[in-house]
Amino acid sequence: MTTASIPWMQSDVARRPLVERLHDWVTTVDHKRLGILYVVYALVLLVVAGIEAAIMRIQLMAPHNDFVSPQVFNRMFTMHGTTMIFFVAMPLVFGFANYLVPLMIGARDMAFPRLNAFSFWLTAFGGVLLHFSFLGGSGLYGAGTAPDVGWFAYAPLTAKTFSPGHSTDYWTLALLVSGFGSIGTAINILTTILCLRCPGMTLGRMPLFAWLSLTMAGLVILAVSPLSAAQMMLLVDRYLGGHFFDTQAGGSAVIWMHFFWVFGHPEVYVLVIPAFAVVSEIIPVFSRKPIFGYPVMVAATVCIGFISMSVWAHHMFTVGMSPAANGFFVLSTMAIAVPTGIKIFNWLATMWGGTIQFRTPMLFCTGFLFQFLIGGLTGVMLACAPFDWQLGGSYFLVAHFHYVIVGAILFALFGGFYYWFPKVSGRMCSETLGKLHFWLFLIGFHLTFDCMHVPGILGMPRRIYTYEPGRGWDAWNLWVTIGVVFQGLGTLVFVGNLVWSYFEGDRAGSDPWDAWTLEWSTESPPPVYNFAALPVVRSRRPLWDLKHPEDPDWKYEQ
Amino acid sequence: MAALAALLSPTAPSGASATQPLSPTSIFAPVSTPADSIFELSLFVLAVTAAIFVTVFGLLLYAVVRFRRKTNDDGTEPPQVYGSYEVELAWTIIPVLIVVALFLATARMIASTQHPAKPRNALDVVVIGHQYWWEYRYPAFDVVTANELHVPVSDAADPAPTFLTLLSADTDHSFWVPRLAGKTDLIPNHPNSMWIDPHETGLYLGQCAQYCGTQHAKMLLRVYVDSREDFDRWIEAQRRPAQADGAVARGRDVFETTACVNCHAVAGTAAGGRFGPDLTHFMSRDTIAAGAAANTPENLRLWIRNPDTLKPGSLMPAMNLSDADVNAVADYLESLR
Repeated sequence: MTTASIPWMQSDVARRPLVERLHDWVTTVDHKRLGILYVVYALVLLVVAGIEAAIMRIQLMAPHNDFVSPQVFNRMFTMHGTTMIFFVAMPLVFGFANYLVPLMIGARDMAFPRLNAFSFWLTAFGGVLLHFSFLGGSGLYGAGTAPDVGWFAYAPLTAKTFSPGHSTDYWTLALLVSGFGSIGTAINILTTILCLRCPGMTLGRMPLFAWLSLTMAGLVILAVSPLSAAQMMLLVDRYLGGHFFDTQAGGSAVIWMHFFWVFGHPEVYVLVIPAFAVVSEIIPVFSRKPIFGYPVMVAATVCIGFISMSVWAHHMFTVGMSPAANGFFVLSTMAIAVPTGIKIFNWLATMWGGTIQFRTPMLFCTGFLFQFLIGGLTGVMLACAPFDWQLGGSYFLVAHFHYVIVGAILFALFGGFYYWFPKVSGRMCSETLGKLHFWLFLIGFHLTFDCMHVPGILGMPRRIYTYEPGRGWDAWNLWVTIGVVFQGLGTLVFVGNLVWSYFEGDRAGSDPWDAWTLEWSTESPPPVYNFAALPVVRSRRPLWDLKHPEDPDWKYEQ
Repeated sequence: MAALAALLSPTAPSGASATQPLSPTSIFAPVSTPADSIFELSLFVLAVTAAIFVTVFGLLLYAVVRFRRKTNDDGTEPPQVYGSYEVELAWTIIPVLIVVALFLATARMIASTQHPAKPRNALDVVVIGHQYWWEYRYPAFDVVTANELHVPVSDAADPAPTFLTLLSADTDHSFWVPRLAGKTDLIPNHPNSMWIDPHETGLYLGQCAQYCGTQHAKMLLRVYVDSREDFDRWIEAQRRPAQADGAVARGRDVFETTACVNCHAVAGTAAGGRFGPDLTHFMSRDTIAAGAAANTPENLRLWIRNPDTLKPGSLMPAMNLSDADVNAVADYLESLR
């Protein structure tokens, strides 16, 4: 194969017309291109959902503000939540897994390349459908017929009686369609990891990233399926006169909560496990040590996956479950802190005694560690049902989960961007801009989400478009809004950095970080076939073995 | 640290009056047994998690400073350490013990607070959540009121707890008055209950804590904890028929011949609607529109003329009354004491 047939590689061959190149992207079944499509798609929607968040924060910066109407505010928080979870976070983790898993396990592509493309386009269609709702009814300024029932869409607010028109249908269909895509991708990742590993790559020698992607894929199949079932039941309620959730006709609102959270809680781990995966690859390389306690890390992850299936009703401590049921979910939720704690200690032990280089990826992973610690601890507090009776559904809770989703997951994925950008583009990201991004975002993040805990403790519930003065919330809300400005600037610097570095960055070479996993053994960017000859591995760090023939890893691994 | 101490203390630092908390809705200023127990448990949980935080944060900070690559680093790799089962075992067992301790404390508190046997002298109140207002029924006294809940004060020697049965007329809501108790949801077809025994008189604020529709934000809660005498007086007043003298006959006429009566009730008259708040003793309330505005003549007229200006998304429609009719209806309502 000549380079002329791989026109998207850096080459001297004249570039083909734009239409042809676009056509190649739209029809591609290459896991790397699909990975990039996922990530670019997610970044576009990250900006959209960020703007939605900013609109909410402008509205809440002062009591009795009337920047937007209550209905527009309700649409904003519904769209922000739905978009961030389903069309930013999920595509991001799928994009990373799509791009990296085959490279890391020494495969030439995913197990089902065409299913892979189909899954991406389903996800993409879901997001477009959701945002198309902005154009209906009262148009963009009145936020159209965008859904306004919250990303959790509790029954019976979604019943025809309380949600006439089509706003809830946009929400239902968008999530149903993208859910099919997610399940397809998960099956693909699972099959690829189980069937396409290169010679010598036993399950026990896979990079942690692959192990964690395997767990994530399993969770997606188990979690998204009940969500899809619930979406179909909701459609039956709304259009065929079903009474699953329609309380006016005797249906049950609580059943919807169970369906939703049986999906919704594992979903948190669907997102955070890939973040763990990214951190588990970056920390060893920049500390110059192997990951501490590999088998324990794998066991802890799988353990988290299993326990996460049994904690969903901690979202329902206030719906009046029996004390025994409350007790069970308190215990299972707290139990998850144990394997999670083990992981934090193992990352710490990996850094301990190393020579840590604070390049941009490592900076973001350090931020991840600090913030995930706090997010995890407030999670343990909220796991105490009585504490949750006070602060569940308040801004304290909003602060807690943003600590996990932004402070941990997004920080880890930012680290992943800077770490693998050289592999994907063949060029290094600007360190200066990367560090500027880090500090702006760090300051903005803490200003926003540290301050958010306080109004919660002072009794501010979430999802209110305005509040009364004199409750002690005003100043805190103003600080929260100021923090958003910094986060917005940080995001601009980040996107600017990606674009600038893609054209002007230094050439990366195949292994700029002196790393150890297989993706660094091929060119940057990798050719369509990934590896000219499939690699053969004997340990968890094949490139360490190559670079240190005198002291290879396989001597020490059981 | 000063800010944190101020936050944690149940009452504001010196300068403010001793009974005035930092915020009228702070969970750290409990005045009722359920809120007290949660506050105590929260302090315990906070102490445990703070200790974990300080330990791990310290280790992390130490690692970041101590093991950062020096400028004179010669590029040799540090010792390659693959793991240690002894260490892993230690940091598995210790967290397990901490979790067990936290769980036991939590379970004990759940057992003592949730669903206790109802004492015979408890006051029963049925709370019904509506889009976007609260209905309160006192079955023992045959009293129906809205948005402002009155309960008697309780004390340890002579407890007078209030049991709330929580129902919903439409979507999910949640009853949350942070200084009295944690929240409990109001879910259609799923009756819930909770109890409070406030031991200080006063006005306690809260609001709906479960997203229930467009005007979720202005579904405010006001709980008046009265002395026993004040409470008895209040309930007696509520049981009496509302006064409506002849001077307001025109307003009453407008009220009863327009759609108002489809939703609102005034005991002893033809008005029997149950969709909106019962207006029998309208002037005994400090606020209108579920706490969204003070009960002043101007606000009342604004509200009757076009509810959407005061509370956009409210389910009360503008009736397009003439100015004379708006005034007449307002005069009538103001005569209901």
